[in-house]
Amino acid sequence: MNSDAVYRAAYRFADSFGDTAAAYVHIPFCATICPYCDFAVVEGQDDLARRYVDAVVTEIDSSDSWRPLEAIYFGGGTPSHVDPTLLDMILKALDARHGIAPDAEISLEANPEDFTSQRAELLKRIGFNRVSFGAQSFDSAVLVSLGRRHRGDHIAISVQAARRAGFDNISLDLIYGTPGERKRSWALTMTQAIGLMPDHVSCYALTVERGTPLGRAVNKGAPAPDPDVQADRYEYADTTLSQSGFERYEVSNWSRPGFECRYNMTVWAQGEYEAYGNGAHGYRRGRRFRNIRRLEAYINSIEDSHSARAGEEVIEGWDAELDRLFVGLRRTAGVTAGQGTMALLDSDDGRRLIEAGVISMDQDRLRIVKPLLTDAVHRSAMALQRPIVSGETNA
Amino acid sequence: MTDQTRIRNFSIIAHIDHGKSTLADRLLERTGAVTEREMRDQLLDTMDLERERGITIKAQTVRIDYQAVDGEEYVLNLIDTPGHVDFSYEVSRSLAACEGALLLVDAAQGVQAQTLANSYLAIEAGLEVIPAINKIDLPAADPERAAAELVSILGGSPDDVVRMSAKTGTGVDELLETLVKEVPPPTGQPDAPLRALVFDSYFDAYRGVVCYIRVVDGQLSSGESIRFMATGEIHDAAEIGFLTPKANPVGTLGPGEVGYLITGVKEIDRIKVGDTITSAPSPASEPLEGYDEPRPMVFSGLFPTDGDDYEKLREALEKLRLNDASLLWEPETSKALGFGFRVGFLGLLHMEIVRERLEREYDLDLVATAPSVAYHVMMPDGSINEIKSPQDLPESTDRDGVAEPFVKAMILTPSEYVGPIMELATNRRGVVGSMNYISPERVELDFEIPLAEIVFDFFDLLKSKTKGYASLDYEPADYREADLVKVDILLNGQPVDAFSAIVHRDNAEAYGKKMTGRLRGLIPRQLFDVPIQAAIGGRIISRETVRAKRKDVTAKCYGGDVSRKKKLLKRQKEGKKRMKMVGSVEVPQEAFVAALKVDEES
Repeated sequence: MNSDAVYRAAYRFADSFGDTAAAYVHIPFCATICPYCDFAVVEGQDDLARRYVDAVVTEIDSSDSWRPLEAIYFGGGTPSHVDPTLLDMILKALDARHGIAPDAEISLEANPEDFTSQRAELLKRIGFNRVSFGAQSFDSAVLVSLGRRHRGDHIAISVQAARRAGFDNISLDLIYGTPGERKRSWALTMTQAIGLMPDHVSCYALTVERGTPLGRAVNKGAPAPDPDVQADRYEYADTTLSQSGFERYEVSNWSRPGFECRYNMTVWAQGEYEAYGNGAHGYRRGRRFRNIRRLEAYINSIEDSHSARAGEEVIEGWDAELDRLFVGLRRTAGVTAGQGTMALLDSDDGRRLIEAGVISMDQDRLRIVKPLLTDAVHRSAMALQRPIVSGETNA
Repeated sequence: MTDQTRIRNFSIIAHIDHGKSTLADRLLERTGAVTEREMRDQLLDTMDLERERGITIKAQTVRIDYQAVDGEEYVLNLIDTPGHVDFSYEVSRSLAACEGALLLVDAAQGVQAQTLANSYLAIEAGLEVIPAINKIDLPAADPERAAAELVSILGGSPDDVVRMSAKTGTGVDELLETLVKEVPPPTGQPDAPLRALVFDSYFDAYRGVVCYIRVVDGQLSSGESIRFMATGEIHDAAEIGFLTPKANPVGTLGPGEVGYLITGVKEIDRIKVGDTITSAPSPASEPLEGYDEPRPMVFSGLFPTDGDDYEKLREALEKLRLNDASLLWEPETSKALGFGFRVGFLGLLHMEIVRERLEREYDLDLVATAPSVAYHVMMPDGSINEIKSPQDLPESTDRDGVAEPFVKAMILTPSEYVGPIMELATNRRGVVGSMNYISPERVELDFEIPLAEIVFDFFDLLKSKTKGYASLDYEPADYREADLVKVDILLNGQPVDAFSAIVHRDNAEAYGKKMTGRLRGLIPRQLFDVPIQAAIGGRIISRETVRAKRKDVTAKCYGGDVSRKKKLLKRQKEGKKRMKMVGSVEVPQEAFVAALKVDEES
């Protein structure tokens, strides 16, 4: 275990991400949509990819120029599913508009089955230097139940391909708590994942979202994930990963020191980030905004020279302070003291959370000590009223 | 003023859903009392709740002009009555203003307990009871069986029973003719001093208290000085008139006429329903026979979820009381729930309606505690203490005994369910008295049972054991001593007064187990383990634990989710306002009542 001093250094490090210039690019295309997914995704519409990328490029070109980007994240959907030359067009547009810093983290999400050696090399050449694999599980039965197209073996092959192509920042996404997943299966997945020596691991509890095929199935009586089992799995993952040299730096994210995802750290440090593509969300000039979610509506709007925006919200004053707590408390580092943390600690809810050992205040930081109860903390925090004492927040 | 021989005053007695309000609408429509434009379904049920639930809570009255087949013009005064047991006192009031009662029975369902009980009231009051079978258009209708039941209760011949459908209008003409022929005209003394019965009242924000009255003897003229004989109050009859159901002011109401009276009085308490109005300058010597004040039978604590709403709750109760004189309350303090009121109700439906109106019309968030009855505690000094809340029961060493209210209950049921009903009644400490067949298939069961045993889930259980076919009516009987104890419930080691209940010693252990088990299911998992215990005196009789919640987290949250997720969590937190903090435990409001709800096993 690390000493306090090391931790505190890491905390300062955590907040420094707030100054990163970051951008998110959404790639909605998938070979097949996973039954649990509620993101802005499409399947069987690959023929729209070219028009879509043109629209994204137009959106980038017409956005206000910023400074060279230090973190770029291609999420989806499945960015690895589309032709890398299309992704290249987007990177070039970003570079032309904002510039890309020489040491920028340029990350994409990838499915193992897409990640051939040839494609890995191409993506590396274009400029990507971090890849996050949707590995999910090494257990074929679980992969099938999650509607994934790859098998456990594909993961190792694609990770090797990425390493050979020169990717030195590789992440694996894993999903736990699928109904029918056994304790042994999760243990096996953890062992195999760690065995591939990734730099970063994300472990997500399978979540039943409304409006997804999984949500409908559960409504009709299909087994739902058991939260207590998911808690067991989470604790197992946390123990196993920390024994293997990973540090948990956010609720669901572990990395080798220094390999925290820069883009995500920016979001959690309440830093600003551009966002392009359908359904993309960004935070710029004090506003959280979202783009039109439906693919064709997004393309049409851009092609008609209209805005891609579907809505925005000004984050200022007390809202900004609560927003800071919302994103920041998901980090192991927690947040520095401010009006929001004081209001929370001063509330009945806050006292109960302290008493139950869910949160703790040490030195000048408020942290969630039981990450599995993060939403309980957030529910209390988001309902906090601005203290009567006047003065602006330090957000 | 109308010639008495042309007046027919009648009530409709019917079970809920047997079509009383529909029939009233049909009569109004048929006789042109309301234009089509004014016609809304169930015109007489004016409260939103009445319309929604299809029930009548307040009595209403309406005057209908009708030209009979004999060519004469008649005035029919329909005095609507509530159909639920909780409001039976309203029925007696209405009956006292009538000469006849129309007994309306659903052709498929037959006679129900409340209708039977109310028919007995009508017969005792000397009213002419006109039987009619409604809904003969329904596929499941069995008018012959219903007619046979009516004959066995009222006598007469099945051929005299009107068969009709208020929905389609079939038989409505025949019914109107029967009413004109069979209901006796009033026989008041036109020249005697004025005597008019106040059979109901309501509060109108603009006009103050409006009395519904029936003139028995003499005449009441607009502007005259009148005296309320019971209260002694003297007022001017500022406005009198009849309702169609619009108010139609008139100069004079004569004997036999039914209408309204406005005196300008603003405080509902100053007008006593059942009082007799007479002329102030030349009063009658004797008042009319009045009736008893309604007595609350069921008591429940009402507490605002937000303690700051205490005053708002008191004001809302006061406003409701303007139209519901039966509503009584006193302040109550609960360690668990803070400041609130112990409110007396006529029964469970009344309680439910009041609570719903408080929440809906006055925008209050309330916690209601489980209903209880009023116990008589025999004190060592020989005095008797009435307690309405389990919290107030003295320790067993500080009392000589406890008596509880019994009721006389009547159940009407298809005969095949007699066994299960007897079992249910016996399990609830009921003593079955008599059993009468009102038809070969239907039985009237009479028994005596502690009120406490039926105030909660008895009716639901009765319905579930008889597939909904049995109906129940009851009236207060007497107080009887019993071996009663107080069962306390402890959450996280702290007794929660609002969960305390008085139960029979023989049932105490089972009750404690049931409660802790129920509460375990109702109390959501918290940040820490919550032990739930039941205790008599200091002795723990059962224990359950709500395990601490382990996972309450959004697995994946990146830039995209921020705004949506923040709002979702804030909404969830607002939803939690329906939770009451008891010590450090969040308890859903529903738990205070739901813990005791329908018990399938018993």
